[in-house]
Amino acid sequence: MDTAKNAPENPFRSRGGALVWRERALFSLFRAATYCILLCGALVLGNIVFKGAGTVFSSRFPFVNTTFFTEAPETLHVFEYEGAAHRLGDRDYRAFRATETARAAAEGRPAPRFTNEQAIVYSAGGILPCIVGTLLLVAGSMTIALVLGVASAIYLSEYAKSGPVVRVIRLAILNLAGVPSIVFGLFGFGMFVIFFGWNVSLMAGWFTLAFMVLPVVITAGEESLKAVPRGFREGSLALGATKWQTIRKAVLPCALPGILTSSILGIARVAGETAPIMFTAAYVVRDKLPWQVSEISDFFFQGVMALPYHIYVVSSKIPQNEHTERVQYGSALVFLLLVALIAAASIILRARLRRAYKW
Amino acid sequence: MTLPPPRTPKIENRESKIAPPAPVRTLIEITGLDFYYSEKKALDDIHLRLPEKRVTAFIGPSGCGKSTLLRCLNRMNDLIDGTAIRRGSIKINGIDINRPDVDPIELRKRVGMVFQKSNPFPKSIYENIAYGLRIQGINTKSRLDEVVERSLRGAALWDEVKDRLHESGLGLSGGQQQRLCIARALAVGPEIILMDEPCSALDPIATAKIEELIHELKRRYTLIIVTHSMQQAARCSDFTAFFYLGRLIEHADTRTIFMSPSNPQTEAYVSGRFG
Ligand SMILES: Nc1ncnc2c1ncn2[C@@H]1O[C@H](COP(=O)(O)OP(=O)(O)OP(=O)(O)O)[C@@H](O)[C@H]1O
Ligand SMILES: [Mg+2]
Repeated sequence: MDTAKNAPENPFRSRGGALVWRERALFSLFRAATYCILLCGALVLGNIVFKGAGTVFSSRFPFVNTTFFTEAPETLHVFEYEGAAHRLGDRDYRAFRATETARAAAEGRPAPRFTNEQAIVYSAGGILPCIVGTLLLVAGSMTIALVLGVASAIYLSEYAKSGPVVRVIRLAILNLAGVPSIVFGLFGFGMFVIFFGWNVSLMAGWFTLAFMVLPVVITAGEESLKAVPRGFREGSLALGATKWQTIRKAVLPCALPGILTSSILGIARVAGETAPIMFTAAYVVRDKLPWQVSEISDFFFQGVMALPYHIYVVSSKIPQNEHTERVQYGSALVFLLLVALIAAASIILRARLRRAYKW
Repeated sequence: MTLPPPRTPKIENRESKIAPPAPVRTLIEITGLDFYYSEKKALDDIHLRLPEKRVTAFIGPSGCGKSTLLRCLNRMNDLIDGTAIRRGSIKINGIDINRPDVDPIELRKRVGMVFQKSNPFPKSIYENIAYGLRIQGINTKSRLDEVVERSLRGAALWDEVKDRLHESGLGLSGGQQQRLCIARALAVGPEIILMDEPCSALDPIATAKIEELIHELKRRYTLIIVTHSMQQAARCSDFTAFFYLGRLIEHADTRTIFMSPSNPQTEAYVSGRFG
């Protein structure tokens, strides 16, 4: 029926003009900003992957460089001998030197002379002790942080009566969250290492790191507890449950996924921070692996190597040259992978819990 | 499913029943109760006697204190900071429930509660019902099985869920969830069941089922229900208490409240002429 001629004028016609253009410009700007971030992320990651892949992976089966994952750092010896360039780890170097010396002696020649010899510390071998150390530090400190954090979150959100005391506690927690990690390091050093006499040890590192992430865990815990519907609490209490039974059986299971979600951020931080452990738990180098101790108690009071600290050491504490890059970027890549792995594990755990306690 | 017994349309029926109902024992006795939320007085001088094994409906406009009074009966208000009974007492079976030697935990086992918004735990149907027993340390499988079945039957839910006891309680429909909550309350063996607007989130069919259930339950339990629906109060209660602004305006048997209230405010409210 309607023809173009007698159709009514369209009142919804676009007015066009400046408004539309401003809108478009703004959104382009926002988009550009977002892509910018993406680009930075890709650059950082790409750089590490590109430079580290050669160390971590290999072109032959099993496609990872097993030495890098199964051995301790060694000194790299670079030298020329009989016209050939050699790059050997410390143990191989000694063996090589011994055989060459023996051969020379047998042939009645003077002892072999290596030319252009350079020794670069920590640049050969692998980073097994660092991986182990970091895993131990993360596991221990997150355990402590979760236990303490969830306990105080429960206290603050379920038991404490709101008043000046709770306000002060909350303020303190907020402040704690703003304290730079190096200050935690110093605190841990003064408190655990010196005052408690734990020396540089796993224990000292665990507690220092735990205190560092405690604000995150407490805040997350409180938020998650608050998010649990009031109906669950009332339902439980109305059945004659005590407050603790209610928290334990009706509230906490529902809050746990939320707590874990936020704790994943904590894990990345615990695994990544160098400052808090460098006075409290990390050794530059340690020959023994953590489980090679004579007594159980020694386990807790030994220092360990740790990935972030190792990266720091090999990137700034040793003379830099073309041979150090291997371990720097290799460690960084392993580190990234490790954090991703831990995060993935906790995400899976969270998903499991969430499926069980979804409301 | 077995058919429910035919419901007696109360108001009409009672007219013909000239003989007064058999005298019933008073189970709950509230005298001169003043209740405060911090400084705000929510209940003012409430005197009320509630009969055993009958359904009493609390009606009244929003904010008049129905829920508050209901929650006084199982001391759920203890959980809110600053609440206090400044005067008066509540006696159940002659015992003042606010006496220091009364444990609210034990009280709540005897005085069950069903909430406006159904609140099954995010657990299986079975575990929802077993919850109340498990917290009492009862974990024997045979005992739990027995109570779960009995409670579900009691809440007229058994036939609908007997094949899916181990599925989540949240997978049930709204009405089924509410009956699950009733079953959960029955499992701990209460004497009194408080229901705070149990049907306000339900469709008419689910509501009808709950009302049938209320009718069933009053054989063995004393029920108090808060409702905003006059029809519901008329249909399923024996006695009705009308509250207004924290005061009990009128309390009588349901027929009287709806047919010939003595107070003009009650009259205005039940006839829907209330601002
Ligand atoms: N937790 C609380 N803190 C302070 N005041 C409250 C609290 N709960 C209820 N009140 C107040 O007490 C009065 C009675 O509330 P109550 O919840 O008992 O009303 P109600 O009759 O159940 O209303 P509704 O029909 O809307 O559920 C209201 O004025 C309300 O504002
Ligand atoms: Mg209410």
